Amino acid sequence: MSDNNGRKKVIEISHVTKVYKLGDEVDVHALRGVSLDIYQGEFIAIMGASGSGKSTFMNILGCLDKPTKGNYMLDGIDVGSLSRDKLAEIRNKKLGFVFQGFNLLSRTSAIENTELPLFYCSISQKRRKEKALDALKRVGLGERINHYPNQLSGGQQQRVAIARSLVNDPTIILADEPTGNLDSRTSVEVMGIFQELNNQGITIVLVTHEPDIADFTKRHVIFKDGKIKSD
Amino acid sequence: MKLLNILLSAFRALIRNKLRTLLTMLGMIIGVGAVIIMLAIGEGAQNAVKESINSLGSNILILMPGSFNQGGVHMGAGTRSSLTEDDINAIARECPSVKYITPVVTTGGQIVYGNMNWATRTMGVNDQYLDIRQWKMGSGDFFTDQDVKGGAKVCILGQTVVDNLFGDGTDPIEQTIRIRNKPFRVVGVLSKKGQNSEGQDQDDVILAPYTTVQKRLSFNQWIGQAMISCVSADGINSATKEITEVLRMRHKTLPQDPDDFTIRNQADIASMRNQTNETMTILLACIAGVSLLVGGIGIMNIMLVSVTERTREIGIRMSVGAKGSDILTQFLIEALVLSLFGGTIGIILGISGSKILTKAFEWQTYITTFSVMLSFGFSIVIGIFFGWYPARKAAMLDPIDALRYE
Ligand SMILES: Nc1ncnc2c1ncn2[C@@H]1O[C@H](COP(=O)(O)OP(=O)(O)O)[C@@H](O)[C@H]1O
Ligand SMILES: [Mg+2]
Repeated sequence: MSDNNGRKKVIEISHVTKVYKLGDEVDVHALRGVSLDIYQGEFIAIMGASGSGKSTFMNILGCLDKPTKGNYMLDGIDVGSLSRDKLAEIRNKKLGFVFQGFNLLSRTSAIENTELPLFYCSISQKRRKEKALDALKRVGLGERINHYPNQLSGGQQQRVAIARSLVNDPTIILADEPTGNLDSRTSVEVMGIFQELNNQGITIVLVTHEPDIADFTKRHVIFKDGKIKSD
Repeated sequence: MKLLNILLSAFRALIRNKLRTLLTMLGMIIGVGAVIIMLAIGEGAQNAVKESINSLGSNILILMPGSFNQGGVHMGAGTRSSLTEDDINAIARECPSVKYITPVVTTGGQIVYGNMNWATRTMGVNDQYLDIRQWKMGSGDFFTDQDVKGGAKVCILGQTVVDNLFGDGTDPIEQTIRIRNKPFRVVGVLSKKGQNSEGQDQDDVILAPYTTVQKRLSFNQWIGQAMISCVSADGINSATKEITEVLRMRHKTLPQDPDDFTIRNQADIASMRNQTNETMTILLACIAGVSLLVGGIGIMNIMLVSVTERTREIGIRMSVGAKGSDILTQFLIEALVLSLFGGTIGIILGISGSKILTKAFEWQTYITTFSVMLSFGFSIVIGIFFGWYPARKAAMLDPIDALRYE
C-alpha cells in the first residue's frame, strides 16, 4: 500500500474501461484499459488530445461515473461496489472537484458556495463558516466572501471553486481543465494556488492539454485513444 | 443536510422567482379560500336551519297522515286521508305528555279588502296554535275555543298581509276581508316573526278556526296536519309513543301493519332540511376541491420546470456529496412551502371572504376549526403529492448528466 519512498497509495486503478452506448449499434470506447496508481502528496497532470478520454477518466476518479469494467480502490475502499448514496458520501468526504466551467451556484455568495459540501455532512453552523472562511483565505479570497459569482472575475470564481473543493479536507482534489476558461496570466495564478496547496501536502490530479500548465506539476500522464501512452 | 438549511434554501429559491412563486401559490390560495368559504356557507346554512327549527316553538311534534318509508323519502305522507278531528281530540284527551295540539288545515286563495287584494295561504288552526308556536299577538285577540267550535268567520292576519291590504294605515281590527269571496271578520293581528330558514315569510299568513276553513274554504273534513307541543323535552319520546298507541287503536291498525300516520320531531325536520343543505355543501366543497387540485397541478408543473431549470444546480450539489434523498427533500420542501404558504394565505382569504359575504349579503357563514384544519391538511397533502414526482425526478438524476446539462 505504499511505494518505495514510503508514501501511501491513495488511488489504485486497474484495467478500467468505459464504453458509452450510443443507440443500439454504436459503442464509444472512451477508456480501453487504464491502470494507474496515485500516491499521497502527488501532483499529477493528465494530458492528451481532445477526446482521448481524460474527462471520462476524471469522472470515474471523482466517483461521478462508474467504469464499465475494471477496479478502482480509493483510500483502500473498493469504489466499484458502492451504492449511489455511498458514492455521494465518498464525494463528500474524500474528494474535491474543480471544473473547467467553475460550476458555482449562481445568486449564491462565495462563502455559501464554499460551504456547500459541508451542508451535506453533520457539522455545526459555526464550524462550517470557519472552515469555509479558512478555505477562501487559502486561495487568497478572504475579502470577497459575500460576492456573487457574477460579481467575480473568472480567476476569482475558479478560486472559489478550489476553496469549495478543499473545504472538506479531501484525500484528493481532481481538476478537469481548471484553466481552460482562463487567460494565461490568471491560469498561472490559479496554478500557483494548486502548487501551494500541493506543497501543503494535498494530492492533486489535474487535466490540461497545455504543456506550460503541466510544467507546474511533478508527474505527467499522457492519454491517447483511451489508453495511457506515457507516464 | 439539516432541515433548517433545507428550509432556508427553499425559501431562497422561492424568493428568487417572486412572480412565479406568487402565481403558483395563487392556485392554492384560490382553492383553499374557496373550500373555506363553501364550508362556511354550508355550516352557516345548517345553523340557520337549527335556529329556525327552534323558532318553530319548543318540544314540537308534527303529526301527518300517511307513512314515510325509511330514509326519509316522501312516500305519500300527508296525502292519504286518515286523520280526523276526533283523532285530534282523542290525542288531546288521552296523551298526558301532550300539552297542546292543533290541527293545521292549509288552503290558498285570493284575499280582498276594499279595492286591495293579496294572495296568501290561510291556515285553519285552533286556539292553542299561538301557544305551540310561542307567537305573540300584535294587536287584538286570538279567536277563542268558542269560535273554533262554532265555526266562526273570524281571522287573524300576519303582518305582511296587513301591510298589503291595509297599506293606508287603517286599523284592520273589526274590518271585514273576503277570503275566496267569503267574508271574515278580522279580530287580531300577529306580531312580526320574519323569515324562516327557507326564506319563507312567516308573516304572510292568515289564521282562522280550522272548522271554518274546512267548512267554508277547503270543503274537506280530513285533517292535513297537526302540530303538537309536548310537556317537556323529555316528553317528546313518551308523547310520540302515546300518540302512536292512541292512533293505532283508533285506526284499528293490525300489529303487523305499519302506522298510517307519521310523527316527526324538530330533530327529524332539521335533519331533513339539512340533507338538502348538506348535498349543496358537499357539491360546493367538491367544486372548491377541484380548484384545490388544479392548484396542486400548478405546483407540480412549476416544480417540474424548476427541476429542469436547475438541473445543473442539482448536478453541482450531487458532485459535492448531496445524496438523492437530500435533493428529494430539498424539492419536496420547496413544494410544501409553496402549498403551505398558499394554503395559509387561502385560509386567511377564505375567512375574510366569508365575513364579507355575511356583511354584504347577510348570508350566515360559520368558520369551523374543522374546515381550517381540513384545508391546512389538504395543503400539506397536495404539496407532498404533487411535489413528490418532480422531487423524485430531481433525485434520480445522474450526477454526470446533470452537470453536463446546458
Ligand atoms: N456521455 C457520453 N456519451 C457518449 N460518448 C461520450 C460521452 N462522454 C464522452 N464521450 C466520448 O468519449 C470519448 C472521450 O471523451 P472525453 O473523456 O470527454 O475526452 P477528453 O476529456 O480527453 O477530451 C470521446 O470520443 C467522447 O466523444
Ligand atoms: Mg475533457
